Amino acid sequence: MIRAIPLLILGSMLMLSVGCTPEHLMSTFDPLGPVAAEQKMVWDFVFWAMAVVFVTVLPMLLYMTLKFKRKEGDPIPPQTHGHRNLEIAWTVLPILVLAVAAVPTLNVLKYVLEPPAGSMQVNVTGHQWWWEFEYPELGIRTANELYIPVGKPVQFNLQAKDVIHSFWVPKLGGKQDAIPTRTNVMWYQADVTSPPEGFYGQCMEFCGTSHANMRLRVHAVESDAFDIWVQAQKEPGPVAEDLSELAAEGRDYFENMDFTATYADGAVSKQRCVYCHTVDGLGISGARTGPNLTHVASRRTLLSALVTNNSENLTSWLDNPQAMKPGSRMPNPTLTDAQTVALVEYLQSLK
Amino acid sequence: MATGTRTGGILARPTSMEGVWGWVTTVDAKRIGMMYITTSILFFLWGGIQALVVRTQLSYPGAEFVSPDTYNSMFTMHALTMIFLAIMPMSVGFFNLIVPLQIGARDVAFPRMNALSYWVYLFGGLLLSMGWLFGEAASSGWFAYAPLTESAYAADRGMDFYVLGLLVLGVSSMAGAFNFIVTIINLRAPGLTWFKLPVFVWMTFITSILLVTAFPVITVALIELMFDRYLGANFFVAAQGGDPLLWQHLFWVFGHPEVYILILPAMGIVSEVLPTFARKPLFGYPVIVFSGIIIGVMGWMVWSHHMFTVGLGTVAVGVFTVTTMLIAVPTGVKVFSWMATMWKGSIALTTANLYAIGFIALFVIGGLSGVSHSMSSSDFQQQDTYYVVAHIHYVLFGGSIMALFSGLYYWFPKFTGRMMNERYGKIQFFLLFIGMNIAFGPMHWVGMDGMPRRIYTYTSNMGWDFWNMVSTLGAFLLGFSILLLLHNLVRSFKKGEIADADPWDGRTLEWSIPSPVPHYNFARIPNVVSRDDWWARKYVTGEDGVTHPIPQGGAYAENEEDVDVHSIHLPDPSYWPLVTAIGLALMGGGVVFHLAISIVGALIMLVGIYGWAFEPVNEPDEEHEEHEEQVIN
Amino acid sequence: MEATIAPQHDEHATTTGLDHRKMLMWTFLGSDCLFFGSLIATYLIYRGQSIQGPFPYEVFDIPYTSVSAFVLLMSSLTMVLALSAIQRGDQRNFRIWVIATAVLGSVFLGGQVYEFTLFVSEGLTVKTNLFGTTFFVLTGFHGVHVTIGVFMLLSLVGASFAGKVKQHQSINVELIGLYWHFVDIVWIVIFTVVYLVEAPAIEAAKAAVGH
Repeated sequence: MIRAIPLLILGSMLMLSVGCTPEHLMSTFDPLGPVAAEQKMVWDFVFWAMAVVFVTVLPMLLYMTLKFKRKEGDPIPPQTHGHRNLEIAWTVLPILVLAVAAVPTLNVLKYVLEPPAGSMQVNVTGHQWWWEFEYPELGIRTANELYIPVGKPVQFNLQAKDVIHSFWVPKLGGKQDAIPTRTNVMWYQADVTSPPEGFYGQCMEFCGTSHANMRLRVHAVESDAFDIWVQAQKEPGPVAEDLSELAAEGRDYFENMDFTATYADGAVSKQRCVYCHTVDGLGISGARTGPNLTHVASRRTLLSALVTNNSENLTSWLDNPQAMKPGSRMPNPTLTDAQTVALVEYLQSLK
Repeated sequence: MATGTRTGGILARPTSMEGVWGWVTTVDAKRIGMMYITTSILFFLWGGIQALVVRTQLSYPGAEFVSPDTYNSMFTMHALTMIFLAIMPMSVGFFNLIVPLQIGARDVAFPRMNALSYWVYLFGGLLLSMGWLFGEAASSGWFAYAPLTESAYAADRGMDFYVLGLLVLGVSSMAGAFNFIVTIINLRAPGLTWFKLPVFVWMTFITSILLVTAFPVITVALIELMFDRYLGANFFVAAQGGDPLLWQHLFWVFGHPEVYILILPAMGIVSEVLPTFARKPLFGYPVIVFSGIIIGVMGWMVWSHHMFTVGLGTVAVGVFTVTTMLIAVPTGVKVFSWMATMWKGSIALTTANLYAIGFIALFVIGGLSGVSHSMSSSDFQQQDTYYVVAHIHYVLFGGSIMALFSGLYYWFPKFTGRMMNERYGKIQFFLLFIGMNIAFGPMHWVGMDGMPRRIYTYTSNMGWDFWNMVSTLGAFLLGFSILLLLHNLVRSFKKGEIADADPWDGRTLEWSIPSPVPHYNFARIPNVVSRDDWWARKYVTGEDGVTHPIPQGGAYAENEEDVDVHSIHLPDPSYWPLVTAIGLALMGGGVVFHLAISIVGALIMLVGIYGWAFEPVNEPDEEHEEHEEQVIN
Repeated sequence: MEATIAPQHDEHATTTGLDHRKMLMWTFLGSDCLFFGSLIATYLIYRGQSIQGPFPYEVFDIPYTSVSAFVLLMSSLTMVLALSAIQRGDQRNFRIWVIATAVLGSVFLGGQVYEFTLFVSEGLTVKTNLFGTTFFVLTGFHGVHVTIGVFMLLSLVGASFAGKVKQHQSINVELIGLYWHFVDIVWIVIFTVVYLVEAPAIEAAKAAVGH
């Protein structure tokens, strides 16, 4: 039985290593930027410390349980009350280990919480249940999918419109909360370009019904690609003349058509797309209740990185938002099929 | 027994301990303890069912077993049920059963307040859980962060059941804690000085102090939220300058001592069980006591580690990092001491002991993940992921629950007079141990793999599918093992082997009296000479270090015949605690439903309080009056 | 024989020699410190943070509140006198001083009610701003504590007339006295922190307008 212990140790090491799947999309074991890398370094340190304790204490416990098992006729063991030096040792030793561990922990803490000077600024606002991104230095605003240049630090100024949310892209670093009434500051830097679907992120503070659906993507691209993206984002939406007939019809609906909006809580009112969603270049703009849609067709995903961006999903969304994102603030707009088709055509032209 | 009289109440004071009415009006800590444990086991089952619903929904991606709102209520209520209605009351049940016996007392200092604590717990628990009946169970998480809990975002009554339920439960917890503080200070048997107290009694004491200091803070938080929701106050209203972090600070200033409230009694139980089954004293008793006190004190200095990601600033986060790392030290010291207790002991692997040893293993794992959380910079990756869920379940299930189950197997004979079935118990233990690890172990990996907590579903491209399914299967195995435990409890209660007074060759005073315990506990209050006094009456260690039994061992048992047990005065039963509890519960419930109910409740409570205040502890009868005269003169 | 029976109701034989109930009251008051401490902390955190008025300096009448604080302070004196009376076995003076305490406590409460209604008429309610919210909740709960105290005092008077308050059981009076003094001390703290000490931001604002 006691000889099983080395096997147990090996087994537990195997078990511990099973958790390492850096190829997974939200894995914290795949640091692709300095913030994530520093945090991983601290983790590695504590992991090994934990592993040492795990493989000494637990097998020791098992060993003692078996070795000192009571047998018939055993005498009463010596009534040891304590051992002062041992007790001092096992109080002082952990303090020393922890003191050593504290040093990199606190250094990295300072590093990850203090963005480098000259970082590009991105204002992040959490809404129930989507992400608003504004680049104040560049004068652009978008939603749910973020672009950043590779190799440059980006500072995120986190705010929240309604309840507490939390901004996290595991491969780039740890998270910070977005809290109403305050602005929290954090930073990431991507050291490699992201795959086509981007780096995955998610809201990490329970924020209501569709917390599970509040996701995001970060696209890290080379500087020149980033500049091209910025330029495109600055363009307003196309005018009617530049659109197909169907899309122009959709544009007209978007800006001018009143529809009956039925909200998740049962409230009903008359609304227009443009009252909540901004498309730059339309007569009315500046609405921030819903995501900025000026370049919605350039995004790979919809509904805060929940589904692929295609006509089918857009159509389903306009048909019944609650079915795709339960509790969503987007009301059911009660459109005819024709209206839906036109709107989808318009939205898909907003590249 | 005292004769019944009318003391201002409409009904005559109860006199009998028989039947249902006897239990309803009991003020006997042993009965109250059993009611606590039974009720907490039922709530534990309910919390477990909620957990299985959660696990079923998460067993594969895109499941639609329950709606998102129902799921959010499930994890909210699961946590509330387990923390406030299962673990805490089960611990209090043990306080009631064990503390008076271990200190050589006949009951607690305030028997009627003790009964009140139980009834308020029962009604408060029902109020907290009642939301399910209306489809309006709280769904904002057990931590209920503002502003998500304000009326604007939590429009249904779920948060109202939450606020009022917890306010009512707070009264129960505090009343119980006050009782045990006074009992432990003031009702110790002659000779029983502080450093001879069993560790379980120490842990009860420290836990009780934490209860009476931490609960007022959450009471204030709940009151503030209540005022926001009902009266339009601005405590957490962003537009008026209200700060969501105020809620978090108040909640966690309570919340962190609360987790020590959850674990210290468990540590106390294990500190009793291990020495008994190793036939050696607890190693490093003073250090275990001091580390408990230090944990109680330091528990007030670490609360913001629950808030590492809210933007407190580098300095504040740094300070809490250090204090949190340091609190691992007294905990670690306990673990080493328990292991040293086992070292070179003569270890009997009874079910109770298996649970205690299992506790050490699992609590170490939970403690290690806790240490990794304390390192704030890397915690930014772990916070709000399943890694935290793994941590809390290892310390709360692998820690608190394991120890409480150890206590069940250990003390079952003392209170029922029967042994639990050992063979069945061991099977049940192994299934539970394996199930628990299969359920919660994988949560470490999926957490580090980025899976957030509190999500009702996930997509299959994340790579979390396999371990979630494994975790669900483990949870069902765990649930099954709990059913076996229940079966063992019920079966042993009816047909278990008859137990004698000291089936484990124990070390503390409860084993010196018959099983089941007579209603007066001790015929003759013992005079205590040493720590582990009962053991010292049975065994003596010679100069050569060899320990052998004292020939006429079990010295307390003698002279029982001398004592006229009928002359022992115990507090009479009373229905005022129940009346008061009903009034309090109606006051709370009325705030949720209709204010008229609250007014009726307040009146009932007043009647209860006045009836109680003017009712003597014991009804006057001839024998008692003679005794009173002797005391005065 | 007595020594073998654990003392339950016999107040003379506890481990420390202190009566259970006195220990309970002290522990309860210690716990109540955290209750008021949390409410006061909330007040302090939000002091000077109100987005709109009325602000404290616009509504507070310090002389008025000083008088009512004095009234409460005097009630502690009468409480002490009441306890002293019952310990001497002087039922008559005991009743007089307890009634006086209850009356003074009620005057304090009346003063609170008047002050609150005045504030409401000046536009300050629990809904108005952070000041209104924190002020009314903090002082309101203090008022609830005083009210409970007055009820206990009146019950004590009633019990005294029913012959139930005996000299050798003066501990009950002592317990109520402890509670009453605690409530008084809490008011001293609240009066100082809330009424007398102003938020720096407001002081600066006042100075700016030459107030």
